[in-house]
Amino acid sequence: MASSDKVERKAEARAVMRLSPRDNVAVALRPLKSGEIVTLDGAPITIRRHIAVGHKFAAQAIEKGEIILKYNCPIGTAISRIAAGEYVHTHNVESNYLPTYQLPK
Amino acid sequence: MTLQGYLRADGRKGVRNVLVVAYLVECAHHVAREIATPFRERGVHLIGFPGCYPNPYSLGMMEKLCTHPNVGGALLVSLGCEGFDKRRLARTIEASGRPVLTIGIQDTGGTRRAIAAGREWIEQTLPAMLRQEPVPMGIEELTVGTICGGSDATSGLTANPAMGVAFDLLVAEGAKTIFEETGELIGMEHLMAARAANPALGEELKRSVAKAATYYATLGYASFAPGNADGGLTTIEEKSLGAYAKSGQSTIDGIVKPGIVPPRKGLYLLDVVPDGEVRFGFPNINDNAEIAELIACGSQVILFSTGRGSVVGSAIAPVIKVCANPDTYKRMEDDMDVDAGRILEGRATLPEVGREIYELVQRIGNGEPTKSEALGHQEFILTYKSFEPLGPACLPV
Repeated sequence: MASSDKVERKAEARAVMRLSPRDNVAVALRPLKSGEIVTLDGAPITIRRHIAVGHKFAAQAIEKGEIILKYNCPIGTAISRIAAGEYVHTHNVESNYLPTYQLPK
Repeated sequence: MTLQGYLRADGRKGVRNVLVVAYLVECAHHVAREIATPFRERGVHLIGFPGCYPNPYSLGMMEKLCTHPNVGGALLVSLGCEGFDKRRLARTIEASGRPVLTIGIQDTGGTRRAIAAGREWIEQTLPAMLRQEPVPMGIEELTVGTICGGSDATSGLTANPAMGVAFDLLVAEGAKTIFEETGELIGMEHLMAARAANPALGEELKRSVAKAATYYATLGYASFAPGNADGGLTTIEEKSLGAYAKSGQSTIDGIVKPGIVPPRKGLYLLDVVPDGEVRFGFPNINDNAEIAELIACGSQVILFSTGRGSVVGSAIAPVIKVCANPDTYKRMEDDMDVDAGRILEGRATLPEVGREIYELVQRIGNGEPTKSEALGHQEFILTYKSFEPLGPACLPV
């Protein structure tokens, strides 16, 4: 078992992952450097900024007002144009969530 | 998918054949544990309720747990003066066709005699119970619950979505599936409502999440903290998405509350947050409180995703642990049934791991022990809560 396991683990760790085919963002699985070229679903993409593990970057160009999709679910709306490979976070995305509850003051 | 199940008098089938020893107040806990311990390897599990004051929720939970399809008999251990309605519980178990005995420690003459009486009854009852042969069981007779615990940043990337894939496969084949913890679904209510089988159910789904938001806020828990943004989560929707991914993509067919068994196949949300004013503290004080509720809703198998590495199992139902983080898996392999971190390492895809979980459900449902079962894990906890009846649109007609 140990030997087959070793062979299996030779596969190079992935740097990035798109959770669902329709997603317009992908997730960093290790720290990514600005200018680094990574392979996302077989295609090269240039990372535009340092991206920490678990953080997101645009998998394609995203227009202002476009819905951000992760795991095929809307997680917010782009508040500016986001180039492919650019960091996607609170500076260029806002929540679409309308709180349905209010605590009594 | 075909399974092997133990047929019960009500027509339901269990994937395990467990005898439960249940203490009805903390004062009877030691005696119950002493009765059960020598039989631990033979499928005798310890459950119980510690409180002395009566509570409809805990009585209902104990009724559902003692007549769960995985349970073949029950020994109730009472001190004698606690408020628990032990007669009603015993009647319910007896009416279900299961062997049951209530031992009152005060009436029996104290600790030593009560332990001896309890062990004697189990020696008499267990052999006949264990002689029952399993019969073929279809997937439509299976209920699977899902929960995440000890989560980290990898949980929402690997284990939770992979369990969602397994859920989709189970739902497509006609199983009953249950996901839970509305407190972790804040921001998902509109997505959930869009997946509801009908608009009235969609409104109920939104209401259940709003209730959770209010409940947790009253307890002092904000829904989106700056630490979440440091971890790469941009919005409240994104934060909840990690937990929500466990539910897969199927239509949501209904909402249940603890102890309510889904009436037919499909995907159900278990609303674990109590109704009314905040009374007994946190809705679920730990993962096993949620697991006990999923089991009380009829789940014969539990899928549990963990990133940091939980080790728990449960009384009554096998718990399949899906490890999200590859480093955790390497450190705690003996406790983990599935290595979903392979997705991060590029050694497997989400659909492959989802399929693997689905196939493991079949093997566990055919009697193969989970890692936590093999290690003897039988955690159980039950505390106070209060619920109102389900709204009219919650269940499919």
